[in-house]
Amino acid sequence: MLKAFDKKLEFTKEKSNRYIVKLEDLKRVIGFLKKKMGYNFLVDITAVDYSTYKTAYPKRFAIIYILRDKNFDNLTVIKSYLNEDEIVDSITDLYKSANWSEREVWDQYGLKFKNHPNLKRVLNHKEFIGHPLRKDYPITKNQLCTKTDDLMDEMIPRLKAKGYENQEEVMFLNLGPAHPASHGTIRTFVALEGETIISAVSEIGYLHRGFEKSCENHTYNQIIPYTDRLNYCSAILNNIAFAHTVEGMLGVELPQRGQFIRVIIGELSRIIDHLVCLAANLVDMGALTNYWYLYNPRETAYHLLSKLTGARLTNSYMRIGGMTHDLYDGFKDDLKQCLEDVQKGMDDSLSLIEHNRIFQDRAQNIGVVSKEEAINRGWSGPNLRASGVNYDVRKQHPYYFYDTFDFDVALGSVGDVYDRMMVRFEEIRQSMRIIEEAMKRLPNGDINVPDHSITFPKKQKVYTTIEGAMNQFKLVMDGVKVPASEHYSAIEAANGELGFYIVSDGSGTPYKVKVRPPCFFAMSSLPDMIEGEMVADAVLDLGSLNIIAGELDR
Amino acid sequence: MSSQVFLASSIIVVLVIAIPILFLATGKLGPKNKKQKEKNISYESGVTKSIGNSNNPFSVKFYLVALLFVLFDVEIIFMFPWAVDVRELGWFGIVEMFTFMALLLAGLIYVYKAKALTWQ
Amino acid sequence: MIETALIIETVVKAVVVLSVVAAMGAFATFIERKVLAFMQRRLGPMHVGPYGLLQLAADGIKLFTKEDIIPQNTIKPIFIIAPVVAAASAFVAVAAVPYFPEFTVFGYTVHPIISDINVGLLFVMGAASVGMYGPLLAGLSSANKWSLIGGARAVIQLLSFEVVSGLSILGPVMMMGTLSLIDMNDYQIGGVSHWLIWKQPLAFVLFAIAGFAETNRTPFDLIEFEAEVVSGYATEYSGMRWGLFFIGEYANMITISVLVSIIFLGGYNDLWFIPGALAMLLKVSLWIFLFLWVRAAWPHIRPDQLMWFCWKVLMPLSLINVLITGIVLV
Repeated sequence: MLKAFDKKLEFTKEKSNRYIVKLEDLKRVIGFLKKKMGYNFLVDITAVDYSTYKTAYPKRFAIIYILRDKNFDNLTVIKSYLNEDEIVDSITDLYKSANWSEREVWDQYGLKFKNHPNLKRVLNHKEFIGHPLRKDYPITKNQLCTKTDDLMDEMIPRLKAKGYENQEEVMFLNLGPAHPASHGTIRTFVALEGETIISAVSEIGYLHRGFEKSCENHTYNQIIPYTDRLNYCSAILNNIAFAHTVEGMLGVELPQRGQFIRVIIGELSRIIDHLVCLAANLVDMGALTNYWYLYNPRETAYHLLSKLTGARLTNSYMRIGGMTHDLYDGFKDDLKQCLEDVQKGMDDSLSLIEHNRIFQDRAQNIGVVSKEEAINRGWSGPNLRASGVNYDVRKQHPYYFYDTFDFDVALGSVGDVYDRMMVRFEEIRQSMRIIEEAMKRLPNGDINVPDHSITFPKKQKVYTTIEGAMNQFKLVMDGVKVPASEHYSAIEAANGELGFYIVSDGSGTPYKVKVRPPCFFAMSSLPDMIEGEMVADAVLDLGSLNIIAGELDR
Repeated sequence: MSSQVFLASSIIVVLVIAIPILFLATGKLGPKNKKQKEKNISYESGVTKSIGNSNNPFSVKFYLVALLFVLFDVEIIFMFPWAVDVRELGWFGIVEMFTFMALLLAGLIYVYKAKALTWQ
Repeated sequence: MIETALIIETVVKAVVVLSVVAAMGAFATFIERKVLAFMQRRLGPMHVGPYGLLQLAADGIKLFTKEDIIPQNTIKPIFIIAPVVAAASAFVAVAAVPYFPEFTVFGYTVHPIISDINVGLLFVMGAASVGMYGPLLAGLSSANKWSLIGGARAVIQLLSFEVVSGLSILGPVMMMGTLSLIDMNDYQIGGVSHWLIWKQPLAFVLFAIAGFAETNRTPFDLIEFEAEVVSGYATEYSGMRWGLFFIGEYANMITISVLVSIIFLGGYNDLWFIPGALAMLLKVSLWIFLFLWVRAAWPHIRPDQLMWFCWKVLMPLSLINVLITGIVLV
């Protein structure tokens, strides 16, 4: 593919879709991919520090760009090796989503970008010293940072761009981190004229826990509970995304029953996630009753999940190569009850707002994001579909028999708050269809991969035979041995494309894990979205994007 | 009659001011304010180092609305006595008042056209 | 001698009315929680006393004994006065409102109105507009940006809707030719068909909408809507200072309910077999229930939509109403 671009270009094809290019060619290659090949969706940017990797690499770091083309059919990974002192060309002029991603690479790995508009830390605090994802940064090292960033370094240029030379004309206000409508600890710093937002800056990282660093000294199965805390409204989907990626590296596929259970529980999680988002968004516009109509069915769903997994919120139900246990007896009836409740709550809630003029006036034409803009900003999931882009990982890259299920993709037409909400309502309906069909087709049989180098042997065997005991012991102590490779794989989580880029060195712990959190990109576009709108609209915008701080800040 | 009204009104004015003050006095029943610095900081979404303060000039688009209000409220005050006696005044009163209202309405239309009522 | 009797009577009446209104206001908070809970498929307060009835007392004790916090940088005297203004103006308004028909106790005729002002309507509306100073002063003195925004919102909202309520009430005044609430009540003697609502439906709707806005109820609860302006002008208030704003708000709600009942819904005249006093109570309760129902059912609007609605829809409509009434009358 790259041959067509430049005959003289030096590159190596590492895998079917992964190319290694020279650092100075990087920007040209990506520009070519975007303009000529239609790769206009930047999935993620990340880096790897190979300094302690078992085999030697030409240089210490690699920077990795993951791109999708315009129909979202092909995924291409561009990789380039570089040393600490080398500077990367920024691609923020090609992709707006690159802005925060490059900031994150700078923050976590200390790689500098040339021509980046505002290269500062994004997840870690500005007082933080060092770059935590470098291998020479000790995992257990704490730093106490106390000073609040006043964000004026970002605010003043933005204000100047709007023609406000004098800061006395505007009122500066912090919407969050501790604000009733900030849905988690997210800070948006705004400059107001009256109640109109002239310019806005977001600061995230209040919930940054170093998930990716923690992954580097835990076995694969130990990471599962950490993934629960990413998007805690749909914890099981995160479990599935991670397990799915690792299974892809292992080259194994779950038995049919296991896959179906993942579909059922995953779609149930998606329903819960959408219910939370819609309820919170409606409450932000004062529709309090909708909140309860939507939250009560969520409660039924949580009862079901706690009966199944033992936990309400952070379920940790999945394992590499399967799941902890099979469905319980009577699950079918509970699920039926749960779906009925969801249907009723949704119908009641919709009947309150569907024909309500106040609701329509509040939600329509607020926070409009066009198709092109949404793709350029790296949006995915319901937010992207609300803008009218037909991209659903379940359809484009089907996994777990999604291609055999009968469901529709809900699309919006305008890309405003109203569309984002209605797409979610429709997705709940579609998820319910999938669950019902999956329950009908649910086959019998094993749920776990029969390979016991990946999954535990039967307890019976562990307690009675030495081989079984050793097998369990080795799996617990060493973890699942994943062959040395690099792999990106994504599923459709509640918020959009949730991907994991995992680098394995063949041991039981990953060498590097990078999450591609869908709401990181949605959040990065919030400041631009709310400029020119009123405070009351900004609150709705934030709610309609479904920003989950756990996933955003990692 | 009128002395009764004034007496009653003054009594109630005293009472309505006394009652809230009495309510406030119950605050002394609670714990003493320890004058902790953190507790007394004014709230701005948890950010302690905020830019500017609330005494800075604040965009005053709504002053226009306030001015309009004064205009119309004065009109209404004129209209109340007229409204009570509108039957006795007959057509003369109607025409007089409607002319007055038409003038004010013209003002309101001018305000629309000048876009003073669009919020931005 | 007469003077002394009068003073005693007035003081007794004032204390009774004020305590009843304050108690009703407090009770309305409980009712609100229960009614909303019922509509939202939950239980509401249940733990304090039977069906949570003592929740009221618990809330009261909490309010009365809470630590008194005055944040730094506030303008202290204004900060302290603001809630008093809010509560006092709400209470003053009830002075000129008749609640029940006259009745006789031990041969002594009682007029259930504290002060029979012959321009009662003007008095009530005037007192209510003084109430606007509460949020305004609170917003300006709190040294908090949220309070400032909340205060600004309060001022524009209350100012704008006062024009609407004033204009919409003109039609009824023209028809009845009086500003005394007692005369207005007497105008509608003779059953449901004599109610003014049938003659002035537009005025009724306009006045009701303005009532929702002036009492800061959904869908016009912008002044202290927490998802947007945290707690608006009351952000820095706590304990009883905050409680006074709250009491004032609920007293205003009751006053508006009483006004609507008297002006449009036949007041305290007997309704079929229901005695006047009970009829009045029913009407007021019904109206308060409507406030709660709307809150449960609707989202709320944005400040600029509120202004748009007030100045471009309600204002012209109320002028038209005055016009039509005038032409029909003469």
